[in-house]
Amino acid sequence: MSGEIAKAFARAKARGEGALVAYAMAGDPDLPRSVDVFTALVEGGADVVEVGVAFSDPIADGPVIQGAAERALKAGSTLKRVLDEVVPEVRRRCPETPLVIMTYVNVIMAFGEERFAKLARERGVAGAILPDLPPEESADLRATFDAAGVDLVPLCAPTTPRARAEAIARDARGFVYCVSVAGVTGMRAELPPDLSQRLDLVRAAAPVPVVAGFGISTAEQARTLSAHADGVVVGSALVRAAHADGPAAARALCAELKRGLKR
Amino acid sequence: MSTQTATGRFGRFGGRYVPETLVPALLELEEAYSAARADPTFDAEVARVLREFVGRPTTLTPARRLTEAWGGAQVWLKREDLAHTGAHKINNTVGQVLLARRMGKKRIIAETGAGQHGVATATACALFGLPCEVFMGALDVERQALNVFRMRALGAVVRPVESGSRTLKDAMNEAMRSWVSQVSDTHYVIGSAAGPHPYPTVVRDFQSIIGKELRAQAMAAFGRLPDAIVACVGGGSNAIGVLHPFIGDAGVRLIGVEAGGHGLDSGQHGASLTLGTEGVLHGSRSLVLQDADGQIQEAHSISAGLDYPGVGPELAHLAKTGRMEVRTATDDEALAAFYEVARMEGILPALETSHAFARGRELARELGAGKHLVINCSGRGDKDVATISARGVPPAVGVKA
Repeated sequence: MSGEIAKAFARAKARGEGALVAYAMAGDPDLPRSVDVFTALVEGGADVVEVGVAFSDPIADGPVIQGAAERALKAGSTLKRVLDEVVPEVRRRCPETPLVIMTYVNVIMAFGEERFAKLARERGVAGAILPDLPPEESADLRATFDAAGVDLVPLCAPTTPRARAEAIARDARGFVYCVSVAGVTGMRAELPPDLSQRLDLVRAAAPVPVVAGFGISTAEQARTLSAHADGVVVGSALVRAAHADGPAAARALCAELKRGLKR
Repeated sequence: MSTQTATGRFGRFGGRYVPETLVPALLELEEAYSAARADPTFDAEVARVLREFVGRPTTLTPARRLTEAWGGAQVWLKREDLAHTGAHKINNTVGQVLLARRMGKKRIIAETGAGQHGVATATACALFGLPCEVFMGALDVERQALNVFRMRALGAVVRPVESGSRTLKDAMNEAMRSWVSQVSDTHYVIGSAAGPHPYPTVVRDFQSIIGKELRAQAMAAFGRLPDAIVACVGGGSNAIGVLHPFIGDAGVRLIGVEAGGHGLDSGQHGASLTLGTEGVLHGSRSLVLQDADGQIQEAHSISAGLDYPGVGPELAHLAKTGRMEVRTATDDEALAAFYEVARMEGILPALETSHAFARGRELARELGAGKHLVINCSGRGDKDVATISARGVPPAVGVKA
């Protein structure tokens, strides 16, 4: 465990706020400018930053993040370049904020699991989220990550049965990422009515913070959910804002979401 | 003989690399499939539909003129092109749609490359009265207009996919994304022996009817098992279907032929078994065409059905362990084989199948006289006539210019 993620959640809690986990795609529109986007997320109040690493076949992502991945790949983004050129610079500018890599398992496999874990930790990455790696397939990788001090954050879905959800929560590293809707990433006007119940259940079982993600884009949604979760993840809305209007727009949206997370 | 372990692995390959949202659906499918296989009424119903509707068993046809021309082994054709809808794909879709109905699913989705699996899924859905949506790369929609029409005529909704290379792999991504969004009432009929566990097993089992029939037909026709069986390999459903029942028969050579495209050196091919590396695509660990950073590369083949950068995990295992021999055929070789088979045997083979035929001559000679070579005729070429005719007017035979 890096411990860094726990501290970030604790700091938000001490301020009487839910944590904001903010996602952007490394390399969108190019590597240096994505550093500015990540920096803007932190300036806007993000407590944890998810650094997306593009994959050509992103089966868990909706059109906004898929589009960002295509732009990033065109701009030459690779896991190696993200670890060499993006992560160190974001760490230099925002040393307090834990960074979590979000990508697909094939990208990590191609890089080499151990090589990734070691280099990621050296460069200051606190954790990783791999949305196509369910618990059944993650034991070896998690052991490798544990040894290096990188938290492999598990996901829990609306379709996950109760006992399975509790097992995932009990065994979690970093935080538990509760997927709010059955579907891909992307903004939703409405979130399912039973979401708060599911969050309560997972939270009761988890020794680490629990966040809700997928479909969340407004301060109002963040406010509603923060009664049942330690934080929220916002991705597509931030990616879209940064793509349309640049880092300042992403910063402003983070600040607005943080207002929604004040308790 | 099975090469499979309990966890859906074939050696190092296979597994279930999907979003957590889908895992419960895959567990449900695995359980429902086990229960169905244990229920004799299910097998009986599948067998009845295959007999009454699909037209099974398909014949084992001696290819007399090819045998003579190639000057080696006796050549036999396992005629999946004679199955209803014109390819082996229907064996699997009938089985999976019956399974979906048994599971109470209300909606069927599928992906398709050449369109044969889409047509077969639309056909099974029409037969059993279930709504059907088929995801198809926009490029494939253009080059397979006939099959697009057939799917629509059968009542299916065809959804062109504009992302990525606009071919089969992108259609499969989109079908998976759609499935994640409506997993509770939807069954995803995967057409290749690929995807997350239990799909490679389910598809292989439904397609194994090809090899099971062949065993009996070979015994009846020439009194022993074939000396070699050859099949084309894209995702690999016809190949695993015809080859699987013979894995334990050491005397039977199993041969897969991949798309060599413009040539293995050109970088434009679909040869995942030959040049792929270990990776995860569409939910299973297998051999995939990818760059050093793990980005999936676009495959190329003149045949839309072989234009896929991955391959089923069981075939990857059979290739890595040496049980299956792997060869390739280029676009041009496949085209030449198409005309050769058309003129020598009166059969227009699918471009996919033409890849298997393209290696036929050398295999027949390697085996030699007195041996028996079976080519799995996975589908018929009607769907490909536009693609083929676009390459020029076929040369006339026996007419001097």
